[in-house]
Amino acid sequence: MKSELRSDLRLIAGWIKPGGRVLDLGCGDGALLAWLQENRKVRGYGVEIDIEKVVRCVENGVSAIGGDLESGLSDFEDGSFDQVILSQTIQAMRNTENILLEMLRVGREAIVTFPNFGFWQNRWQIFLGRMPVSETIPFQWYDTPNIHWCMLGDFEALCAKHRIRIIERLVMDGERRIGFLPNLRGSLAFYRVGLTP
Amino acid sequence: MSNTEQSVGIVTAQSAEFEIPLQLTSGAVLPSYTLRYETYGELNARASNAVLICHALSGHHHVAGRYHDSDKHAGWWDNMVGPGKPIDTRRFFVVGVNNLGGCHGSTGPSSINPATGVQWGAAFPVVTVSDWVCAQARLADRLGIERWAAVIGGSLGGMQALQWSIDFPARVANALVIASAPKLSAQNIAFNDVARQAILSDPEFYGGDFYRHEAVPRRGLRLARMLGHITYLSDDGMGEKFGRMLRSGEFKFGFDVEFEIESYLRYQGDKFSDMFDANTYLLMTKALDYFDPARLHGDNLAAALRRAEARFLVASFTSDWRFSPPRSREIVQALVAADKPVVYGEIESAHGHDAFLMLDPPYVRLMRRYLERIATEVQA
Repeated sequence: MKSELRSDLRLIAGWIKPGGRVLDLGCGDGALLAWLQENRKVRGYGVEIDIEKVVRCVENGVSAIGGDLESGLSDFEDGSFDQVILSQTIQAMRNTENILLEMLRVGREAIVTFPNFGFWQNRWQIFLGRMPVSETIPFQWYDTPNIHWCMLGDFEALCAKHRIRIIERLVMDGERRIGFLPNLRGSLAFYRVGLTP
Repeated sequence: MSNTEQSVGIVTAQSAEFEIPLQLTSGAVLPSYTLRYETYGELNARASNAVLICHALSGHHHVAGRYHDSDKHAGWWDNMVGPGKPIDTRRFFVVGVNNLGGCHGSTGPSSINPATGVQWGAAFPVVTVSDWVCAQARLADRLGIERWAAVIGGSLGGMQALQWSIDFPARVANALVIASAPKLSAQNIAFNDVARQAILSDPEFYGGDFYRHEAVPRRGLRLARMLGHITYLSDDGMGEKFGRMLRSGEFKFGFDVEFEIESYLRYQGDKFSDMFDANTYLLMTKALDYFDPARLHGDNLAAALRRAEARFLVASFTSDWRFSPPRSREIVQALVAADKPVVYGEIESAHGHDAFLMLDPPYVRLMRRYLERIATEVQA
C-alpha cells in the first residue's frame, strides 16, 4: 500500500505490535491492515459489512470477512488475536457493551477509538440549541448512524464496570495531541485496553 | 454479429487415457480410465497460470465456448470464463474436466467395463470428492501443471477446491469455494436420498443395469431433477418468476399442467432426463453426502485445513438455502482458526443456490478483483 495512511489510523498503527495477529473490525477498504502487513509484518483479518468494501480489501491484498459486528465475533476463537481494533465505530453500534467484551474475548488487547462527544465545539453547539455537526460528526440528528454517544469519562466508566484496564489513552484534536482538559479540548479519543489480570 | 464474441470461441474436447490403476476411497480400484477435458487460453512458459474449474452435480468439462458456429448452447460457465471475463482466458490457462463417474465422456457407469466388455452399470464403483481430486491431479501431471494458480468451483465444485487445498497443499495457490459447504447437513442428505429413491424405484432402472435392457429410467431421473431444481431456487426468486401464474388463466380442476411453475419444472425434468445418466446422478449425490474432510481429523475442519498452503476466497448467496451462508461461514471460521488467508463475501442475491452461475454485480466484482490479484501474483 503506497498511499499515506489517514492520521487517526497512523496513531493506531503506532500501537500495533510487530509480527502480531490483528483483527480490524469495520476494516473498510483495508488500508490500515494493508499498511500493517507491509510495515509491521502482522497477520491480519478484517471484518466488513459492505461487500463493495470487501472487494476493495481484495484489491489491497487484505483478508476481509463479510459480516455484521452486531451479531458478535462468533467467527473467531477465544484469545486468537494479539490486538483487536474498532475504529470510530463503537458509537454507531447497537450492542456496544457486547462488542467491547467480544473484542477482549478474542483478543488480548482492544484498541477503541471514537469521536469525543464532550469536545467543546459539540458543547457549544448544544449550548446554542442544536445537535452537534462537525468534521468528526458529519451527520444531522435524523440521519446519523451514531446512536451511542459518549465522552471520555463515560467510556472509562464502562471499562471500569467490566474490570477492563486502560493501558494507554490518547486524545487528539486533528493532528494535535491534547494533554490538558482532554474531555473538553479533544475531538477524537484513542484507547488501548485489556482485561484486568 | 457472431455468437462467439466475448467468448473463448469454438472449442474442442479432448481425452486423456490413464492406464495406472486408481485406488478409490471405497477400497475399489479403477484399473484404467479416461478423463474428458477442455482447455482455454495458453499455458505460460513457467506453467504458473493454470486454473482448474471443478463442476457441480450436473456439470461437465464443457465450461466455456461452443462446439460449432450454430451451437445454441455455450459451456455452463461461459458468462464467467472467457476473454475479458472474470476468469480471463487472455491471462489464464483454464481447464475444465468431467469427473469420474460422469456421463459426458469421462469413465463412468455408461462406459464399457474392460473386464466384462459391457457397460459398467451398477458395477461402477462409488467415487468420492477425494477420488476426483486424485484423478484431476493426474490430469494436471499430464498437462505439465505442477501448481494451479487457482482451483475454482461452486457447490459440489467448491468441495473439490477445498479438498484440493487439503490433499495437495503445494499444488494449489488459491482455492475459490463458492456456494459450498464443509459437509452436507441432514436436510441436504435427505433431499439427495429422495432424489435417489425416485431413480432407484423406477422400474426402468433395473438395479442400475438399464443399458442392457435398452431402457432409460426417465421418470425417476425427471423427478430427481425436479426436486433438485426446487432446492436450487429461492422462494422469492420462484415467486417473482412464476408466482401463481396459470397457463390458461383459469382452473381446470384436473391434474394436468396448470401453473407455470409446474410447466417449468416438468420441462427442466424432461430436458435433463434426456441427456443425463441415472447412475451418474446417484454417484454424484453420494459424493456430496460423503464429503466431510474434517472426518479424518477428529471432526475438526481447522485441523484438516491447517496443512493447506492456498489463499481462499469463500462466497455465499443470501437466498441460497441449499448451501446457505452459515455453511460457508463454517469454512471461513475454520480457515481463520487455521490462520489461512481468506476473503469471504456474502452476496445479496435472489437467485438461490443457482446464484453462483449468475452474474449478480457484486459477485462478478469480487471474482474479477480476486482473479486479477491472482493473475498479478503468478505473472499471468
